Amino acid sequence: MASLDMNAEGGPRLVPDDVFKIPKLACDAMADSHPYPAYPEHNMKIGFPGELLENWQEVAIAKIGELAKRNRAFQVYLDACVKCGACTDKCHYFLGSGDPKNMPVARQDLLRSVYRRYYTFAGKYFPWLVGARDLTKEVLDEWYAYYHQCSQCRRCSVFCPYGIDTAEISMAAREIMDSVGIGQKYCNEIIGKVKDIGNNLGLQEKGLRATLEGLEEDIEDDTGVSVRIPLDEKGADILLITPSADFFAEPHIEGLLGYAKVFHQAGVSWTISSYASEAANFGMFIGSYENMRDLALRIRKAAEDLGVKRIVFGECGHAWRVAYSFLNTLAGPFDFLDPNYPVPQHILEFTWDEIQKGTLKFDKSRNDHYRLTYHDSCNVARASRMGDKPGGQFEIPRNVIKAVCNNYFEMDRDTIKESTLCCGGGGGLLTDEVMDIRVKGATPRMTALKQVTQDHGVTHMAAICAICKTQFSKVMPKFGYEMDSIVSVHQLVSNAIILDGQETEEDADPVGEAAAAEVS
Amino acid sequence: MLSTLYALLFYFATAMLVIGLGLRIAKYARTPAPLKIPTTPAPTTRSGVFWRMTREVTVFESLFKSNKWIWLFGWMFHVALLLILLRHFRYFVDLSHAIWFWVPFETPFGIYASYAMVLGLLGLLVRRIVVERIRYISSPSDYLMLLLLLGIALSGMNMKFLSGTDIISVKMFFLGLMRFQINPLPTTPALLVHLALVATLMIIFPISKLLHGPGVFFSPTRNQVDNPREKRHIAPWALELEK
Repeated sequence: MASLDMNAEGGPRLVPDDVFKIPKLACDAMADSHPYPAYPEHNMKIGFPGELLENWQEVAIAKIGELAKRNRAFQVYLDACVKCGACTDKCHYFLGSGDPKNMPVARQDLLRSVYRRYYTFAGKYFPWLVGARDLTKEVLDEWYAYYHQCSQCRRCSVFCPYGIDTAEISMAAREIMDSVGIGQKYCNEIIGKVKDIGNNLGLQEKGLRATLEGLEEDIEDDTGVSVRIPLDEKGADILLITPSADFFAEPHIEGLLGYAKVFHQAGVSWTISSYASEAANFGMFIGSYENMRDLALRIRKAAEDLGVKRIVFGECGHAWRVAYSFLNTLAGPFDFLDPNYPVPQHILEFTWDEIQKGTLKFDKSRNDHYRLTYHDSCNVARASRMGDKPGGQFEIPRNVIKAVCNNYFEMDRDTIKESTLCCGGGGGLLTDEVMDIRVKGATPRMTALKQVTQDHGVTHMAAICAICKTQFSKVMPKFGYEMDSIVSVHQLVSNAIILDGQETEEDADPVGEAAAAEVS
Repeated sequence: MLSTLYALLFYFATAMLVIGLGLRIAKYARTPAPLKIPTTPAPTTRSGVFWRMTREVTVFESLFKSNKWIWLFGWMFHVALLLILLRHFRYFVDLSHAIWFWVPFETPFGIYASYAMVLGLLGLLVRRIVVERIRYISSPSDYLMLLLLLGIALSGMNMKFLSGTDIISVKMFFLGLMRFQINPLPTTPALLVHLALVATLMIIFPISKLLHGPGVFFSPTRNQVDNPREKRHIAPWALELEK
């Protein structure tokens, strides 16, 4: 029996115990975690009822049936779970909170129990036998709380013997809630903004142009080289679609500067579009195919209007999932683009190609003030690819980092690549009223990071997702790191790249100064 | 009387299993997967997917990555069940036919496998009871399913190792059913319990979590090719939106 007890504490593992220390169950610990509900206008703007419908129960139950007909994953995953328990210790929100409803199978069961009640023989006639339950207001509230504690990171789907993906269930649950008039403000308001203006921030064309011009000046001040960040330039070869956080937030901006320098040095013409100035597609978070499609079509339209030949996406995790895995489905076929390049391409694929071609020169020592590790963003790792081989999404970012940095260290192998831990802020949770679950969800990643800080003196963590970057800059201070300990991968590229004609004396190099400051 | 009852029970159970499962599989096969959602890294070719699925259903690759104890007990149980099922062919087929040449060779493995099956099931049951997380997610049906399988294994072993039964008559009974004749079934208690539990399992198969068997083959995270950029994937209902 001792061996079984040991397993209850995590079993024989090759990882530091504290990363995956399984908490004692704390029932309903997170039951009060409620993101702000959407206002009626937010819901109606994206095609849902403004407020909770009179006959919401009926509508919700019918919606379950409709989704099961529309989406095989939903149908099979509701049926196939055997409650083996393999996923129970895999969710970062469970590891961080101990709330058993944050175990993937338990999260799925919040909905599965209702599906069974209305759609299966056993649930209709013997509900107690199979844990089936009526859809009540309490159940709906529970859905709202716990389906907004899932970042749709898919870590559980790696470990499920049937590949059951809780993300599919939580997306469906959110769509069901939306269809009865219960929306989440953060996601629904943002989707509306993209439909109206073109990006999550509601940043208008004029403001965007001014921002980009300011950034061009920054680069020129730093390097002495004039590097353009073009907006709405017809006839450019490449349309860059990047998360709007890249225009204003740190460390995201540094990444944008990196893309601009790479494009400049590669000698390609490129442009940003003010009409499709957002890579993120929150339609996925709420499981709404129609909304996701509407947003994706903006990108197609921008590409057509600007007459570009290629589409390249900036650093963004869930966005890259929608781009890589879904864009062709939602807004394809892209037969009007250059067939010599994949549609779309990731900026890291572009940069890595250029590095291999030898068009980029680097001074790696300019990143010597960093001791780095890399956080695989969940949706890049488990829901997409880069390059032409499986696993390219792990290799290419690391190849680029190693090409521009000297001090690189991996975190524990059970916390990276396909087993990577979510930052804790993905899937529509990057809103401050749910900061408690965000911090708890970040705990396993932070523990793994602390391990490499202890072992290798790691000071900074690089990531390629706008959500990861924002989330970590908020939560890292709670774990004893500076908020700028999270960096963009293209920030590292930007630091190390030597542009043609750039002044290279150490005293004219702001990065060098920063390094000196940090050392002293 | 008893023979007739069991004959009817097995006709019903077989119909439930075949028709119920057939309908379910047809439903899965007809339901579209609107998006490409393979859990990556995923194979980029169909043959790669075939190999991934083969590993998944033969060695339970994902479960192995996840939890070595659940894998050990679960895999032990499933492999043992397979060996035992193969051994049971001897009760349903005419062994003089050449295609059944392997049955006598497999027979001893089927016997040893019964111990492994019981051990695996007990392991899963004990975990379900003692591991707090798994106890939390378990419904009565989850325990009953394990007990049902344990009952099948133990009643079968009882017949094989202790009480025995007139196995020739049992075979005549089942061969008879296939020709719509009802031959007398021995009344050994262990046999009657064994057959009743097996029929129960067949009946609940298509309406319970046992659907994980066919389900895994239809799981988009495991059976999709990772080629969304190269090949446009679109569901029929989604195509309607483009009109």
